[in-house]
Amino acid sequence: MSAVLTSARSAAIRWLSAGWSYLRAVSGDDAYERYLAHHAAEHPGQPPMSRKAYFCERQQRKWTGVTRCC
Amino acid sequence: MNKIFGVVLAVIGGFALGGIALYRQEPINSLWIIVASVCMYLLGYRFYAAWIAAKVYLVDPTRATPAERLNNGRDFVPTPKWVAFGHHFAAIAGPGPLVGPTLAAQFGYLPGTLWIIVGAVLGGCVQDMTMLMLSMRRDGKSLGQMARDELGPIGGFAALIGTLMIMIILIAVLGLVVVNAMKHSPWATSTVFATIPVAILVGFYMRSWRPGRVLEASVIGVSLIAFAVFGGGWVDQSSMRGAFDYDGTSLAGFVIVYGWLAAILPVWLLLAPRDYLSTFLKLGTVGLLAIAILLMHPQIKMPAITQFVDGNGPLFTGKIFPFVFITIACGAVSGFHALVSSGTTPKMISNERDVRLIGYGSMALESLVAIMAMIAATLLDPGVYFAINVGAGIVGVTPEAAVQTITGWGFPVTVDQMAQLAQDMGEKSLFARTGGAPSLAVGMASIFGSTFGRGLLSIWYHFAIMFEAVFILTTIDAGTRVGRFMLQDLLGHIAKPLGKTSSYPSIVLSSTLIVLGWGYFLYVGVIDPNGGINILWPLFGISNQMLAAIALSVATGIIIKNTKPIYALVTGGPLAWLALVTTVAAWQKVVSDDPKLGFFAAATDMAKKLAAGALPPDRAAVAPQLIFNQRLDGWLTVLFTVILWFVILDMVRICVRRLSGQPVVPSSEAPYQPTKLEGVPVTNGLHGAAPVGH
Repeated sequence: MSAVLTSARSAAIRWLSAGWSYLRAVSGDDAYERYLAHHAAEHPGQPPMSRKAYFCERQQRKWTGVTRCC
Repeated sequence: MNKIFGVVLAVIGGFALGGIALYRQEPINSLWIIVASVCMYLLGYRFYAAWIAAKVYLVDPTRATPAERLNNGRDFVPTPKWVAFGHHFAAIAGPGPLVGPTLAAQFGYLPGTLWIIVGAVLGGCVQDMTMLMLSMRRDGKSLGQMARDELGPIGGFAALIGTLMIMIILIAVLGLVVVNAMKHSPWATSTVFATIPVAILVGFYMRSWRPGRVLEASVIGVSLIAFAVFGGGWVDQSSMRGAFDYDGTSLAGFVIVYGWLAAILPVWLLLAPRDYLSTFLKLGTVGLLAIAILLMHPQIKMPAITQFVDGNGPLFTGKIFPFVFITIACGAVSGFHALVSSGTTPKMISNERDVRLIGYGSMALESLVAIMAMIAATLLDPGVYFAINVGAGIVGVTPEAAVQTITGWGFPVTVDQMAQLAQDMGEKSLFARTGGAPSLAVGMASIFGSTFGRGLLSIWYHFAIMFEAVFILTTIDAGTRVGRFMLQDLLGHIAKPLGKTSSYPSIVLSSTLIVLGWGYFLYVGVIDPNGGINILWPLFGISNQMLAAIALSVATGIIIKNTKPIYALVTGGPLAWLALVTTVAAWQKVVSDDPKLGFFAAATDMAKKLAAGALPPDRAAVAPQLIFNQRLDGWLTVLFTVILWFVILDMVRICVRRLSGQPVVPSSEAPYQPTKLEGVPVTNGLHGAAPVGH
């Protein structure tokens, strides 16, 4: 019985954490972490942008061009 | 397995559509409409979209996408397909599909519903998916660039001018919707005003206090806005009520100044945070609405078809063909999506086969939002629907006159009923609240009220108004900014320094020009005694559908170069239909003798009445502006049509050359490179032989 409960609980935790990761990815909340991972892989040795600098740049880029609709 | 799924869907969908057909003479339940539409979207997605992807685009899962080839960790980033879907849906979701169906409900629930479903499955979803695919194969080029590269400079220039004009009309009409929703409503006005400091606070939070913590900031912002809805109710009861009680002209002034400030201020201060808030609000509210409709499954009270299909509709004039198509616009086919689908989203796609979900799927969901707006409008008593949505210039200024006129149409309504409704919703009066927002809010409040508690009707009503207003103000901000970029691009051809998008004088000049453009149309709409929406919305619909036709022309010109010519019908078919609909509508708006339909006829009619002194003084005062505006709208319609046919003929020229074996402008597709991303089977020589289902 307790084995069933444990597996149900771990399934629930898996679902919740997947939902949370999805929400972070869709909203752009995790964008800086992704950038750091990309930067470490592609440009090792060079210092990455700070969190604030990255976010400002990202926002400026997002609002250049047609990004929203009627 | 997939086949069985398809057959089951087809049976359920057919059953639901049959149900709609059989119940036409008596009230039908909204559940039928929801089931029928969802089945049709799934069928279209499972079979038609998959066939197009495999045969027409030759989707190749082994081909590296620009996100992989050009990955820079910024805009080119391979993104999981459901994340890209979320981004894309948030980008195409706008207030258009909420307003269009509400207005089209004057023809009855059936014509609009059928076009929302059929138009999306065969037209709108196909257009979005095609633009996404074509742009992705060209490293994320915009619609304008593709038109230039694949058709020629004329097509490219026409697309740019067309887009800019549509933008201006679009912002004006949405501004009018929001002004009419706030007019003499201190509750709505104070709530909407409160969203501005909330957005600024969220902007500072995300930039300075906790940089990039988007979710934290959004949760704080959405809670504050929810609080503002209650706060508005308190303001409405207090002595501060007078400070938020404005007429249409003052509110239009506020919206114009707001739009101008939002365009010249840095994006992080107002535009970006407001966009986060409105996206969360929209997704949350639409989700809630879907749950509430499923739980409550209200009866539709509007007849299937009303007598107004003959062209004498009180919300806007014009026969069911072509005006139901023009009015629904965004919920079925939206030309604007072509701009969003080319550019940002194509740079995120990690595999070509994701295009079907992101392009076709997002638009199907957006179309479902339009279906829900249609349900919210048609579950009201038809008499109430008309009393809210028809301008005082048509039904009469006093409530007694209005209910008499509307009851005379065969849709009984009483003054007491409207007074009770207004009181329930926490408003002074709900007569002649044109623009679609108040009637949608009443519909949503009744759905939410009967699902989640009736005592809160007025809160739900103002929540719905606030949700629409926040959403529209975001479109006004973003649209003004986009228009500013386009204008700078155009001006840059005339004088180089004006084209510098980062130069502050150029920003202020071009933003001011754009705001003056839409501000003018908004102002004239506000002073129009017939509510203004009956002029502006058809103009917007025509221009939006023309933009879709331009996008479909570009797509058809490209497809005919690359595959079997017969496959060009996939986009050529919807194009032919949209070209017919928009041209007939434009023709009627320009040449009709009926002053309620034709722009020039209306101008002449009013000028005659003015000269004869037949107008009451308040109307005579605004008549010269209205006369000028009707003529201007007429010429604009002519211009839109000319631009559209320039692009179509350019496309036809390409098709004829291709079919007769003459050389055409070469395709600008990026060359094939194999993908190195994991999860894709490496098969050699798979070009063009992608599996259909996955």
